[in-house]
Amino acid sequence: MKKKLAVLILLLIASLVWVGSANAQDTTPPTDDEVNAIAKQLFCPVCENTPLDVCPTEACKQWRDLIRLKLSEGWTEEQIKQYFVDQYGARVLAEPPRQGWYWLIYIVPVALLLVGLYILFRAYQTMRAPLAEQPAETHAPTGLPDEYLRRIEEELKKRN
Amino acid sequence: MLADFGFGILLIAFLTALYSIGAALYGHFSRRQKWVESARLAMLLTFPLLTLASLTLIYLLVIGDFNIRFVYEVTSRDMPTYLKITALWGGQSGSLLFWSWLMSLFATAVTLRKWERDREFLPWVILVSSITIAFFLSLNIFFENPFQRFWQTFQGVEPATFRPANAIPFTAEEGRGLNPLLRHPGMVIHPPMLYLGFVAYVIPYAFAIAALITGRADDRWIRLTRRWSLTAWLFLSLGLVLGGRWAYDVLGWGGYWAWDPVEIAAFMPWLTGTAFLHSVMIQEKRGMLKRWNMILIILTYSLVVFGTFLTRSGVLSSVHAFAQSEIGPAFFIFIGITLVTSVALLIYRWDSLQAEGQMHSMFSREALFLLNNLLFMGILVICFWGVISPLISELITGQKVTVGPPYYERAAGPLFALLVLLMGIAPLSAWGHITLKNLAAQNSLELEKRYALAIARLLWKPAIPALLVLIGLLIAGITNIYALIGLTFAALTASITIYEFWRAARARERAQGENLLTALWRLAGRNRRRYGGYTIHLGVILMAIGIIGIEMFQSETQKSLAVGENIQLAGYTVRYDSLAQFPTNDGRWVTRAVVSVFDKNGQFLTELYPRYDVYADGQPMTIPGVRSTLADDLYVLLINWEGVTAQVAPFKVYHNPLVNWLWLGAFVFIFGTLIAAWPEEEREPLPTQARKTKAIYQPGD
Repeated sequence: MKKKLAVLILLLIASLVWVGSANAQDTTPPTDDEVNAIAKQLFCPVCENTPLDVCPTEACKQWRDLIRLKLSEGWTEEQIKQYFVDQYGARVLAEPPRQGWYWLIYIVPVALLLVGLYILFRAYQTMRAPLAEQPAETHAPTGLPDEYLRRIEEELKKRN
Repeated sequence: MLADFGFGILLIAFLTALYSIGAALYGHFSRRQKWVESARLAMLLTFPLLTLASLTLIYLLVIGDFNIRFVYEVTSRDMPTYLKITALWGGQSGSLLFWSWLMSLFATAVTLRKWERDREFLPWVILVSSITIAFFLSLNIFFENPFQRFWQTFQGVEPATFRPANAIPFTAEEGRGLNPLLRHPGMVIHPPMLYLGFVAYVIPYAFAIAALITGRADDRWIRLTRRWSLTAWLFLSLGLVLGGRWAYDVLGWGGYWAWDPVEIAAFMPWLTGTAFLHSVMIQEKRGMLKRWNMILIILTYSLVVFGTFLTRSGVLSSVHAFAQSEIGPAFFIFIGITLVTSVALLIYRWDSLQAEGQMHSMFSREALFLLNNLLFMGILVICFWGVISPLISELITGQKVTVGPPYYERAAGPLFALLVLLMGIAPLSAWGHITLKNLAAQNSLELEKRYALAIARLLWKPAIPALLVLIGLLIAGITNIYALIGLTFAALTASITIYEFWRAARARERAQGENLLTALWRLAGRNRRRYGGYTIHLGVILMAIGIIGIEMFQSETQKSLAVGENIQLAGYTVRYDSLAQFPTNDGRWVTRAVVSVFDKNGQFLTELYPRYDVYADGQPMTIPGVRSTLADDLYVLLINWEGVTAQVAPFKVYHNPLVNWLWLGAFVFIFGTLIAAWPEEEREPLPTQARKTKAIYQPGD
């Protein structure tokens, strides 16, 4: 009887050790850097414009702990980010998702820049059209650096 | 009693500004100079009046009269006197008063100048300045009175300007104290610098409007306000840099700039102001871009008010906060009215603002300056849209979005890189003008070729060091393509700029027998604008190197350490040695760690003391321990938010390569601006006709 009990206890301990070691393999706790890598891409849903990785509030600490928990449960980065979006809305993302009307946020600056380029191009064309009075030429062509020195001197004289 | 006195003075100043507006208008339309003079004197009077009002408030802050709501909100007994004084701009109503005060200072300074030659501008400059002062004073008087007092009524304590029925004055025992984050030298100086920059831009705007109204199409208004624009720009730049330094020192996130809307609010007028600073040169030298300069200064003024609006109206936290705030809509209406009026005036004068010169090539100075302006405008659009699109989103969908650093960096990064490159090439075009017998007869493609060749001829020598830098970077194993592009551009521009200095000084050295240093000194002294400008460019390049370093090569790590344990980053080892906690005289509770830093060979480098302070009101402040060298900063934070004990403490360590070049560059930048803005005798402008014929090949255009 005693022998049986001893074997049972030994088996139990062995199985516990085995389960324990198996668990330990699966649940290496995520490092702070792994947590921050995700938190950095999220914005605190409460404070304005504060990335989650540097927000000192208690709420944000809990959110970072939540990221840690989800990571230890094997969630991927995308899943965790999506979880936060589902919970708190798109504002937790560092930039708006590329969908629906949010596309406008990305398109408008590019469109305006193109308009600006077009205006610049037109301005070049307009400004190159000769004016009614064409200024007369004053200097004959000369090479550098004497020409350069002449200009510097001329300018300094002018400013004296 | 003093509060009533202060409010009374504010009211008188407001009425004086209103009188000044009326008298200027009446004087102009009735052609009675004495009314214009009276308007000028009235505007001069606003400065002593607002000085008196501000000094009254400062006195109340210093004696700690907690009957005054503003004093209660921003000071406490334990604050040192200098902080009590600077608390003037530590809250909404005080900072609005401070704004008006500085504005009246600048308006006074400008009206004290000699007006003989520009008398027709006077009523309009007074009008614009007085309207701006009156608007800001109206905010103080109607919505945000800094002299508002607390009153005890049957319902409880309430703040009010005038005594409610059956109320007696109520004085709190202790004030709430200034936000700890603002008790930093950087934050003490940063707002006045920004405000000085903001208000100084009102002056060129006022002259521009005066020029539009009077129909003077020449560049007189630009010449008159050149130094004002530079002063405004200097202060705004200083304000931005100090803000960045403050963030780096006290916000504890390892950076200097987070693309926060409040930062962008101050950055936007700087962008248009910088574009303006460049494009006015083209108007002065070539009589071109007149309309564009008007647009730029109108935009700058609107952005100055818009920036104040963004930070003061609560619109950033939510559109609803804006709707509830009383000053938000007032700002909105003011910006709308001034913008529409300015644009209407510009349209009215559109035809008279025609260019006097002609552009010869895509590589001419005016073309490159226009490109520079486009890049600045591009960055402005990105910033403006980034700030307002979350507000639009909230209005349309009811849901706020965050437009954070990735958006700005991706969009503005390439434009900044191009600006750095252009900064090197555009000045060369000054020498790139080819002297041709008859430009009109030239084939335009041939002309482009000649211009491009002229620039290329000047470019090849400075390009060699830039190429060497690129090779060096590749050998050093840097593979980040953006960093390679950015640093090569920076190297090229630096090399061109230094070569320009050297070439000019060398030419003088040979010709005049001066030694190189004397030659440099004389050059800079006699053409302050150009060589000051080049010095500013060198400063910007240094800053760009710092920015590229920290933006692209920053690394970080975080770990909880037991005493004796260490953390490694970028070849450094940081060992946690000990922890101490103690109170200070000013009511802080300090938790301070001692860490040792070792290099990769295990050599001891230094000890750092990262700490966090908890103020009496429970607000924490994280102060990094930083080891600074020209190569990098090792920035160690003791992060209070993860729980600190004497045995185990969490540390966050940032490695910020090259970041000190940013601060170094800022000094060079300011030095350059001082060279460019240093007063020199005002020269008579050439008559328009003379400029037209002479200016095309003006040396150094």
